Amino acid sequence: MIYRRGVALLALAGLFLSTYLYLYKLGFIGTLACGSGGCETVQLSPQSRFLGLEVASIGVGGYAVLLLLALLALHSRFSGASWPVQWLAGLSGIAVLFTVYLTYLELYVIHAICRFCVGSAAIIAGLFTLTLLELRRTRTRPA
Amino acid sequence: MASTPSGVNRFYLLVGVLVLGGAGTLGYLVTRPKAVSIPANVTVLAADTAGFRGYILGADSAKLEVSEWADFQCPACQSFETLQFGVVRRQLIETGQVRWRYRDFPLDQPHHQTRLAAHSAACAEEQGRYWEQHRLIYQQQATWAGNSAAEGILRDLARQAGLDLAKYDACMRSAKYAGRIQASLAEGMKLGVNSTPTFLIGGRLYPGALSSDSIKALVRSQLAKPGA
Repeated sequence: MIYRRGVALLALAGLFLSTYLYLYKLGFIGTLACGSGGCETVQLSPQSRFLGLEVASIGVGGYAVLLLLALLALHSRFSGASWPVQWLAGLSGIAVLFTVYLTYLELYVIHAICRFCVGSAAIIAGLFTLTLLELRRTRTRPA
Repeated sequence: MASTPSGVNRFYLLVGVLVLGGAGTLGYLVTRPKAVSIPANVTVLAADTAGFRGYILGADSAKLEVSEWADFQCPACQSFETLQFGVVRRQLIETGQVRWRYRDFPLDQPHHQTRLAAHSAACAEEQGRYWEQHRLIYQQQATWAGNSAAEGILRDLARQAGLDLAKYDACMRSAKYAGRIQASLAEGMKLGVNSTPTFLIGGRLYPGALSSDSIKALVRSQLAKPGA
């Protein structure tokens, strides 16, 4: 259960972080707490939208789904089930790929680094790793 | 590794507490007073201007001075800056014929963010990069004007202009140039300026976004006068 709890906590952290960035995009927060100025550059770039959606809002939705799945996986009714973990592995794998793409955009297209994006990348990498460990645990568990 | 139901419940409780804490923090960030607010209609003190009478471009030895009274959020001023001023700069200012004096004339209604932009440019002047920030603010008017994230966008422009952001942030938070901006507005009104942009050439006001050709013609006629 420790991995599932870790996944839930990381998803919650990611949810807060992406909500903070989305609130900034909506204009509810004056400036981002980002000393370098790179956060505004990234958040205000054309690349801050993906398929017509704000990337930050995709983060909010994605982390919310991951959090719900992680909390579900913790529930006693599903503690022995592997499907919530399989879903978590699939979705967080997609999130890792998306994060790699966004990091590429920051480095080679926007030429600015947003600390919050780096934070989100670390969160999703940790979340994916814990999910894989939990997946391995559920598969190797004796029947 | 199986957890007891009470252990899971305690974890759910922990998640609940973290959700409340996080929501509270975000709520605070949304409702707190914004870091930057440039007040309008402030009482102008002598120290606010301290001899300052606009942002100058061009040689002291230029035979003629042109003053431009403008508002960073005004579309006509933006049009003049982006379409005409480049020619004026190359053909009249850089050739030493004209000295340009830019004066803030913020029209708060309906330009609610014009003082924020004017103050941003004033903070750039503090670091010797006024004209860089001035140009970027006008070029990017469509991105910040009317945008509730204008403060952050102007900060990003300051970064592009090469400003030290720590100094810029401190300058913006202090709102130290609010009086200077107000004084500029008051002086323009006293002269009879009532719209932007308005140009003062040879002692006469010319309202509207003049073309570079019109300005060149006006400058030539002034320079052709005896004693010019």
